[in-house]
This record gives sequence, structure tokens and C-alpha cells, in this order.
Amino acid sequence: MLSRVFNRGADADAGVASASVPRFDWRQYVVFIAFLVVFALFGATLYDSGFLSFNNLLNIVRQSAIIAVMAVAMTFVISAAEIDLSVGSVAGLASVTSALAVSEYGFFAGAATGLLTGLIVGSVNGALVARFNIPSFLVTLGMLGIAVGTARWITDSAPVPILDDSFNTIFGSGQIGPVPALLIWMFIVFAVGHIVLRKTAYGRRVLATGGNESAARFSGVDTRRIKFYVLLASSTVAALAGMLYAGRLQSGRYQWGEGDELSVIAAVILGGTSLFGGYGTVVGSVLGALLVGLINNGLTLMGLEFSQQQIVRGAIIILAVALARKGPGSR
Amino acid sequence: MDGRTVQIRSPQEAQENGIAMIFQEFSLIPTLSVAQNIFLNSEPRTGTKLLDDRQSERRTRELFAELGEDVDPKKTVADMSTGYWQLTEIAKALSRDARILIMDEPTSSLTKTESEALFDLIRRLKANGISIVYISHRMEEVFRIADRVTVLRNGRNAITDEVSNLTLDEVIDHIVGEKMEGAFEWREREVDRTGSPLLEVKVLSAAGRFRDVSFNLYPGEILGLAGLMGSGRTEIARALFGIDRVDAGEILVHGRSVDIRGVRDAMDAGISLIPEDRRLQGLVLDHSVKDNLLLPLLKGLQRRGVVDDRRGERTVGALVERLKVKASSIFEPIWLLSGGNQQKVVIAKWLAAEPDVLVMDEPTAGVDIGAKTEILDIARDLADSGKGIIVISSELTELLAVSDRILVLQDGTVTREMHRRDVGSEEELHRAVQSV
Repeated sequence: MLSRVFNRGADADAGVASASVPRFDWRQYVVFIAFLVVFALFGATLYDSGFLSFNNLLNIVRQSAIIAVMAVAMTFVISAAEIDLSVGSVAGLASVTSALAVSEYGFFAGAATGLLTGLIVGSVNGALVARFNIPSFLVTLGMLGIAVGTARWITDSAPVPILDDSFNTIFGSGQIGPVPALLIWMFIVFAVGHIVLRKTAYGRRVLATGGNESAARFSGVDTRRIKFYVLLASSTVAALAGMLYAGRLQSGRYQWGEGDELSVIAAVILGGTSLFGGYGTVVGSVLGALLVGLINNGLTLMGLEFSQQQIVRGAIIILAVALARKGPGSR
Repeated sequence: MDGRTVQIRSPQEAQENGIAMIFQEFSLIPTLSVAQNIFLNSEPRTGTKLLDDRQSERRTRELFAELGEDVDPKKTVADMSTGYWQLTEIAKALSRDARILIMDEPTSSLTKTESEALFDLIRRLKANGISIVYISHRMEEVFRIADRVTVLRNGRNAITDEVSNLTLDEVIDHIVGEKMEGAFEWREREVDRTGSPLLEVKVLSAAGRFRDVSFNLYPGEILGLAGLMGSGRTEIARALFGIDRVDAGEILVHGRSVDIRGVRDAMDAGISLIPEDRRLQGLVLDHSVKDNLLLPLLKGLQRRGVVDDRRGERTVGALVERLKVKASSIFEPIWLLSGGNQQKVVIAKWLAAEPDVLVMDEPTAGVDIGAKTEILDIARDLADSGKGIIVISSELTELLAVSDRILVLQDGTVTREMHRRDVGSEEELHRAVQSV
């Protein structure tokens, strides 16, 4: 297997291609390596501060889970060479709508309203991009404002408390044994996302659309439908993330998710998904989100101020992305 | 250079040594004007170091006058025809005092008349002491304008000699490396046109693209579409494949009327298209041979919603072997393959879809002669197995080599239909295409 990797030059002329393994490209694993290096570093230096304690590790997961959930859906959007800037504010809006519905009509109405919020916003985003060819950057930038504005308007900018225990338990606050509900949600979304991207025709078509839209269209891929669905899914998953915020903080509030779009995009790119489309990895995105959480946690334990944390975090992200960059020719 | 050893590590250093290259894919910025493009990164400045537009426009005019053309320097490049793009590239090279011009497939996007103008220009440049390295797949051009020819094969120098010492066959032998088996030679094939046609196109029209196009295609037949750029050849192919809509007319496959509104409909009707632009429309360059090949087939490879990769890899392996695609593995990114092998992958991806009608738009553009003959043989084999093939090509030699029947298109309509055996020579077809 390894000899194939190293003898590439030699057998380039060998003629008929054979079904060998895909070649190893360490750049794809930068996020794994970075994760391990950072983890080891903090583990050694912050051992006394309790970095490796079970509770602290659970804390990291809890803090990253919601970003990771949104990053899974964003992986599809970016793989298709689109972008969704509205995820954070859709999460905020969905936290508010579901909170209002829960207090009026109960658990199921709350959950349904939250998801419906995502479906509606996603349909609008998707339709504007797919039908009318407006760049997703602009559509979702506009939607970011519309979603936040709506969330503030219908609540008079006040938090909406959620008193329904089952809602709070299922979305975010509860645990099964020692495992927090957030972690379970993250795992479900991750598993579904990974299988869909890697193993289904839809996933391949998303990658083809992002890699070369024209060639995908000439191959019978309905690229407009693909774009519609990636944006629909992104908003819907963002709405789920909003409900996780609502459940965890036992209230709906327009600020939930504020600014998350940048963390989500950073996690996806850090994970190795190509910003130009055509290549994506759900595993990478989730690890990217966890890596950002890990860094935040470690820096806090080190006693750095928030302002200093921001600087270090920014530098680490730039470094990791620079390392993960593919060679020339493939962009 | 001039007997001195020079080091060339960047395009700037090449430029300093008087070497300029005219790229196959033009390296102009479409949104800038002619003058802005020519003086990009070497703009004339005024005394206050600001850009001197008046001077750059005046010098642009002078450069074009040298080339025997009159061009508005303020015109945006995107608004001009490709012939002028190339002129602009050449003017840009001359503005930097280039003494060696490297032209890579300069006629590939030019019309016949534009090519003739380019040849005239090359002669004039030559007379002014400028040396030209002319890279081309078209032997006819090499023999017309070159003084000496070098054939490269597998990265090695196969032969360098005066053109006058060589014949076309000798050059082709050196390119192929072994005796060609007359792939460009036409062999009459038996086509049964008494049965029902595979494909019937009835008075198909699309505003501004083509009108009243009618023809039949029979099983086992290769139909050539000849015509100049813009004559409607590609537009008809795109309409048959559901890329563009038509305004009127009917398409029948196996005698049944089909309504083609999108690529999926065309595929369901058994029609496939090898598109004109391999890199833009045929392939996802960053993706592997396997992923490219399976893209149209994903629907059929699904089992309980999941793509059966094992079966996909077997399909790919078999096709890659059948078409002799040279790649180190099916997981190799497609941009690492040569043009000919890339094109074979595009063909393979449609073979697996098992279409009844295969439309090939410029199937051998930008591939070497060896791959060219292989591709023509694939077309023949497919026709022999009862499929209907439509071949579109600007290279008439190629059309004459494979077609059983040829439709000549002009300004969006079919002006002539010729049976291959009635076409005496390539000149005859040339005249029909140019309508002289």
C-alpha cells in the first residue's frame, strides 16, 4: 500500500489504471493533528488546573456541541460552493419562536414551530439562490438582518422563559447517565451528515456541484435543486441549534447564536472543507468545532483575558488553515 | 539567449529576456480595456507618477497599426471577438519588446478567416525579425507556416528537421511512435436506413440559435455536423441534451415523441452528450477519475439510499480498461491526466449510461494524435454495436474519417446533406462549409 504511494512517479506510465487505495495526503488530517497537539499541550501544561478532568472535558463538548451541529450542515453549503451567513441569527429566531410556542401550546408545538422557522427561512434562502441566481452571500447576509430583526420585534427584545421541563431536558439541559443531551444531538447530526455526504448520491452531487457546477449540470445533476436543499438543510439545522440554546438556557432570546456564523465557518474550514467548494468533510468540521472549543477552554484555564483569547484563537485558526491548504493546481 | 546562459525562474524573467507566450486560454482580463490589458503592470506614468492613459492608448493604437489592425484602445476586451483577443495578446507581447513569441494552439478558438489573418501576421512578424515557437495539433498549419518542426513524444525530442525535408506521414509517424493504422482513413460502413430511425428531429427551432433543423439518425450510423463556429452545431447538441430550451419542433427517439426539458429528460430518453469544453463542462477537475466517471450513474448505484461503491469501482475499472485510460489509479485527481485521457474519462462516463444516441461535440479538441485515433475508433465501435452517433467537429479531416453522412450547417440552418461516399475530397467539404 505504501509502496504505491511512494512509487507514483514510477508507475505513472504503467498503463491501465487499477483500483488501488486513494493516496495519503497528510494535509487532510491537519485538523486531527492540530487537535491532538493542542490537546497534548494543554493536557501537560494545564494538568494542575484540571484540564483533563472528566467534568472539564464534558464542558468543552457542551460548549462546542451547538457550533458543531451547525458546522455539519454548513459543510454541505460550503462544499457546494455556497455560503450561509444567516445560521447564527436563524438560531436566535428559532429559539424565540419555539419558546413562544412552548409556553402557549406545549412541547410538540414548540419543537414543530422551531423547525418550521428553519424550514421557512431555508426555503426563502434556497429559492432566492437557486431560482433567481442571487449569490448566497448576499441573500443570507440580508437574511441575517431579517431574522434578528424579527426575533427582536416579536419579543420586544426581551427573553422568553421556557418553563416546560421536557423541552429543556430534551433540548440541551438533560443527560442520559453522564452523557449530556447536547452530546447526543451532536452525535446524531454528525452521523447523519457524515453518511449523507460520504455514502449517498445526494452527497456526491453536492460535491460535484461545488467542484464544477457546469460539469455537474452536463452530467444530469439538477444543480439548482442541490443548492436549494443545502440552504434549506442549513437553516433547519440552525433552527435545531437555536432550540438547543433555548433548552440549555431555558429561554428563547434573540442574542442566542449571535456571531455564531463566523465560528461555524471557521470550524468547517479548519476541518479541511474547501472554501471554493468541491471538497468537504463532516468529521473535519466537527473536529474543527471541538478544536475551537478546546482552545477557548484552555486559554480560559490559563487565565487569559477574553481579549487575549480572541487574539490567540485567531492566530491558531490562521496557522491551521495555512497548513491545511492544498498544493497549487488543485487550489 | 544570444549565446549567453540565462536563468528563467518566473514569467518576469522570461519577459526580461525577450520571451513572451500567447496562451491557449487567453491570459487577458476581460473587464479591462485593450490598452489597460496591454500595459498591465507596465503602465506608462505621467510626471507625477499617475497613470498616463493617453500615452498608453496612443501606443496601443501604434502597436495595432504595426499589426495592420485598427482597434479602439478603450474598448473592453470582453466585448470583442476571440480573434481580437489574440491580437491583443500579441500586441501585449510586442509592447514588451519580445523577440521570441511562443504560441500554444493559437487557432483553436479562431474561425477560418481569423486563422488566415493570424498566419499573415505571423509572416509579417517573421519578416520583422521575431522568432516564433508555434505549438499545434494541426499538421496542416505546421506545414503551412513553419520553417522547422520539432516533434516531442513522452517528454523527449523525437525529431527536429526542416519542414521541407518531411512529409505529413513522416511527422505523424514520429508523433504516434508507431505506424498509424489509417485511423484517419475512411472505411465505408454498411448502414441500414430502411428501418425506423433511432432519432428523428423535426423542424427544431430556437430563437437566435437555429431554425427548422430536421434530420434522422439510424441505428449504427455516424452523422457528422459540419459548419463554422456559430453555425448552430453546438446549439443543436445542447438542445438535444436538454441544456437549452427550444421554441418549436419535435424530437422522437425510437419513434416516440420525447419532451426534453432538462438533462435528466435527455438521459432518460437515451441521449448523451460529450460536451464541447472538457474542462468546463465535462469534468470536475479536482475530483478523482472514479468520482467523475460515476457522476451520471449515481442514481442506479444506490442501494437503500446508499451508494454502492464496490460496484461503482468495478464499473469504473472495467471502463478504464476498455478505453485504455492512462492513470496511476482510479483515485487520481483528473487534472493530473493528459488531455486525451481526460477526454476518454468523459466518454467513459457516458458509455456506462448506455445511451442509444451519443452526441460528441469536438471530441478530439486538444488531445494528441494517438488519443485522437483511439477516440475515433471508439465512435466507430459504438456505431458498430448499433448506437447512433452524432459527431461535431471543426476538423474536416476528422469528420470525413468517421462520418457516414454529413450535414452542413450555416447560420443556424441545414444547408446541405451529403453522403460520405459522395464527398470526393476535403476541399469539397471545405467549400460546402464556407459556401463558396
